Amino acid sequence: MKRVPQKTSVDMSTSVAKLNFLSPVFTASGCAAAGKELDQFIDITSIGAVVTKSVMLNPRSGRATPRMAETPSGMLNGIGLQGPGIDDFIENDLQWLQQKGARTIVSIAGNNVEEFGKVADKLRDIPGVVGIEVNISCPNVENRGQVFACDPLSAADVIYSVRRNVSANMPLFAKLSPDVTDITAIAKSVVKAGADGLSVINTLLGMVIDTDTFLPRLSGKTGGLSGPAIRPVAVRCVYQIRKVLPDIPIIGMGGIRNGRDAIEFFAAGANAISVGTTVFNDPEACVRIHDEVAEILQEKSIKSLSEIINAAHREDIS
Amino acid sequence: MPIVHKGTVVENKKVGSYFVLTATAAEIPNEFKPGNFVAVAIGDERSSLILRRAFSIYQVNDRGVYGGTIDIVVSPHGPGTDYLANLKRNDAINLVGPLGKPFSLPKDPVPCVLVGGGYGAAPLFTLAEALTARGCRVDFILGASTQEKLFGMLEARRISTSLSVTTNDGTAGQMGLVTDVLPDAIKKSNAAVVYACGPMKMLQAVAEVAALHGIVSQTSVEESMACGIGVCMTCVLPIIGDDGVTRMLRSCVDGPAFRGDKVRWREIGQIPDDTYGAPVPGNH
Repeated sequence: MKRVPQKTSVDMSTSVAKLNFLSPVFTASGCAAAGKELDQFIDITSIGAVVTKSVMLNPRSGRATPRMAETPSGMLNGIGLQGPGIDDFIENDLQWLQQKGARTIVSIAGNNVEEFGKVADKLRDIPGVVGIEVNISCPNVENRGQVFACDPLSAADVIYSVRRNVSANMPLFAKLSPDVTDITAIAKSVVKAGADGLSVINTLLGMVIDTDTFLPRLSGKTGGLSGPAIRPVAVRCVYQIRKVLPDIPIIGMGGIRNGRDAIEFFAAGANAISVGTTVFNDPEACVRIHDEVAEILQEKSIKSLSEIINAAHREDIS
Repeated sequence: MPIVHKGTVVENKKVGSYFVLTATAAEIPNEFKPGNFVAVAIGDERSSLILRRAFSIYQVNDRGVYGGTIDIVVSPHGPGTDYLANLKRNDAINLVGPLGKPFSLPKDPVPCVLVGGGYGAAPLFTLAEALTARGCRVDFILGASTQEKLFGMLEARRISTSLSVTTNDGTAGQMGLVTDVLPDAIKKSNAAVVYACGPMKMLQAVAEVAALHGIVSQTSVEESMACGIGVCMTCVLPIIGDDGVTRMLRSCVDGPAFRGDKVRWREIGQIPDDTYGAPVPGNH
């Protein structure tokens, strides 16, 4: 039996960039492929949205193995954006998601500003796509200069390019990197460039060294750190951005393992959350976390999820 | 369909260098086919080791005293496997399975040689039973670095026409490698298929011997996995498709058993230049 959220008296719906979702729990890009595998364990249409693995213009083999190392309460990965390319993705993965009736946010990536625009253009008028997440922050690129999210101008250039290539009412979410001095500067810059919302955060750049060979464990040497170990960093980023952009929709992510973790993000300012690395540990995590949040709110006699969104900022307001 | 099962340990028995862990498994035995594996969580939902470990299913029992159970073989060599080796009866254990594509079985009752390296032999015993049920002759070869790392000798003898044993140090059977005795086993039984599970170097050598004899090999690979269910993309290796194109395929869902002649053994850990989507200058 595929797991679906339990019935609850708590209103778990949320609104993100003019989109209404019955559940505030989404998959995280890169941790759910295109939903098909997880649909063996959970009903993929019963969660808020499927955020697909970042797709690029052309097919990509990704990096050589080893691509992964376990770390304390987390993992380091350097997949290198393996994927089928946008045409194959639309024909197979998106079609499957659409037939299922899943709400889909497509994550896109590019080697350069133009490629982002081209990939976005291919998604025009594709049914079932409710939003586009622009992955300007994948750390697994050969040139750090290509981590667009590390520079306010490069980040804005990508968002402009995508904005020009999609219909005006297609919600765009910019996925930000925590590996910057001031994440609020990047956030403001991409919002000005036309992002309707922010996905906060991508992985942190990390390294693991094999103490037998004395060499980096991953073939790409560095990789993206994820999992519960990064959660406090993610919560801080969501909080800081909410502080300076009171109305911008935020999808919060980074090491969410259970309902309490999710509640930290909502209180910090997230309107929805994505569950990533935890899915590797528990394929049912997206539904389980939805249920746990509902239970916690019920215990506290809170009737609606919306009551706790931004709650961590109340002190400052009063 | 695979399930997430919150089970308990029924027994955890030391066998040579290994532990044979029996756990309740609900419906997993009913869905099981030889070659499937389970992904086992390390610790509880607060554990700092968040990645599951993949284990071939060694035995299944679909209607024992505890309902369905499965056996896996654990070789303690790191924090995760040490944790599993230390589990006691009634301890909690969380399984996802059955996962992976099962071994392909021959249509006709042809002779088969089964080659296991160390505890890699685990999935071969249920395979041997399935082959025998189809009327296939089964010959076994078990190899390891040393005697206590051999696994399943008694059982292999019981369910096969012949058993050959090799150890690198000569403490049991013939001193040497499984591939030293494989050509003879193929010739004697007139084998049409070789099945193998064990270290990657052994699988490569077995695939080469099978190719030399013009017969098919099915190799069950061991690549490190983070999820086991096909979403993390870490367990990939270069596999030649039916269309002749090499792709980086996931060993968890496209394998773990692949035809030996389709695996680009020498290029594991690389992206061969002609791989579908291989990096080109200017791309990252």
